[in-house]
Amino acid sequence: MRDSTSPHNWVAGHIAALPKSGIRDFFELVNSMSDVISLGIGEPDFATPWHIREATIYALHRGFTHYTSNLGDLRLRKAIVNYAQDNFGLSYSPQNECIVTVGVSEGLDILMRAILNPGDEVLYHEPCYVSYSPTIRMAHAVPVPVQTREEHDFVLEIADLEAKVTPKTKALLLNYPNNPTGAGLTDADRQALADFVQRHDLLLISDEIYEELSYVPRSASIAALPGMRERTVVLNGMSKAFAMTGYRLAYALGPAAIIDAMMKIHQYSMLCAPALSQAAAVEALQHGSAARESMRVEYEQRRNVIVKRLNDMGLRCFLPRGAFYVFPCIQSSGLSSYEFALQLLQKKKVAVVPGTAFGPCGEGFVRCAYATAMDDIEIAMSRMQEFLAGK
Amino acid sequence: MTNQKKDILTLLRKNARMSVQEIADRLRTQPATVEEQIKELERDGLILGYTAVVSSEAEQDQVRAIIEVQVQPEREAGFDNIARTLAKFPEVTAVHLVSGRYDLRLEVVGKSLQDVATFVASRLACQNGVKSTATLFLLKKYKEAGIEFDKEEKYARLNITP
Repeated sequence: MRDSTSPHNWVAGHIAALPKSGIRDFFELVNSMSDVISLGIGEPDFATPWHIREATIYALHRGFTHYTSNLGDLRLRKAIVNYAQDNFGLSYSPQNECIVTVGVSEGLDILMRAILNPGDEVLYHEPCYVSYSPTIRMAHAVPVPVQTREEHDFVLEIADLEAKVTPKTKALLLNYPNNPTGAGLTDADRQALADFVQRHDLLLISDEIYEELSYVPRSASIAALPGMRERTVVLNGMSKAFAMTGYRLAYALGPAAIIDAMMKIHQYSMLCAPALSQAAAVEALQHGSAARESMRVEYEQRRNVIVKRLNDMGLRCFLPRGAFYVFPCIQSSGLSSYEFALQLLQKKKVAVVPGTAFGPCGEGFVRCAYATAMDDIEIAMSRMQEFLAGK
Repeated sequence: MTNQKKDILTLLRKNARMSVQEIADRLRTQPATVEEQIKELERDGLILGYTAVVSSEAEQDQVRAIIEVQVQPEREAGFDNIARTLAKFPEVTAVHLVSGRYDLRLEVVGKSLQDVATFVASRLACQNGVKSTATLFLLKKYKEAGIEFDKEEKYARLNITP
């Protein structure tokens, strides 16, 4: 019989078993403080480009405020597949190979629920975005993290994957350009990973939310490599490239059978992505390339500045290939990642995220986001230098 | 022009006071190189000067106006002679040849409305070749040189997010 005196018992076993993020307290502490110079924010500092906001207002005026197709407004799906063709060399049908989701977070969630049976295993790299392991567990499957290393610029190594793959492995989940490390894939990396998933008959899930924020010449998506289209789902969205995080608008591109399965979950849980956000996304995809590029150039230059400052002060880091994060090694301070971040916050009011937030192998590193105005980056770097000098 | 010079120009046009060190760091090069390139841009006449964008408050003792000028173009010289002549007046801060209903668009600065009006009547309108003028006094500034004067309130992001 259920013990009705304990409220804890109402919670499903697999949710009760989900570990709370170890740095929740730290996040709450930072968010409760004022006048913090923050390098801890995982979203663009730029306002959403005005033409996109204006298009949102226009959509509101027109009364574009109702349900859309479950898959997303067809006009938006056409804009997405055209954009993916032009920018990523990908070719998908807007009719049945594209679904509009509420952020990549929802895309990832419904994809996991669509493909995983209880006990299936999913390979992914650590350090990684905080939702990967919980999302897999909420789909009653088994997260199998694979460590990446600083020596290899935090790119997955095939030998490490081979050591973790089992007959139960269903999929490999990738996020390059990477949050939190700024790592990116070379063409050789892409090919090796494609060979690996084909060799083991796995599904590839490619979270490409930072793809447009690349600082090296871009190649076609891994989904465009021979033999990959039928076993890859690409997740991307508007948040990072167009500074539209609050719009919560993203998409998935993949084989029709998988998109259809995702749609089943999406239609019952979400029905459709917000109509106004869909209208804004059409404007961004069709007319946003100039604004997107000017933001990308500014991020690239800030990256150059912050990487130099960190290395100059003895916090070793490589030059990120994409995203807006740098992941310096702080072991020379003699502090753990958590202690480093906590003391830097308390003594100098500068916020960074402990590397351990992104997996145990993030120990010894912190994540610094350069989606922050250059003046603030300069102040933060000076204060970090003082902090290291014990001042 | 080299790409590096273009990049330097882009940065200086956004912020002419950006330090040589910051430009060098942004573009992953050496301060001495940036210094040298800026000197070349100045020497070659690609950078002609540096100026400050100021608020209305900072120019309270000034009146500014746009003057639309219709002129009679000359054989051979076209609009060049008259445009260069008008540009010589220190009151004139900008001269552009434009398409449309009139020919030259001038920006003029003076101490008062009367001051500008007098300048237009006694100096501009009577120039050989000037057929007509229309004076548009500037009443309020909203944006200049790409800078908005009433900054929209910065939306507060959370201090830290994953």
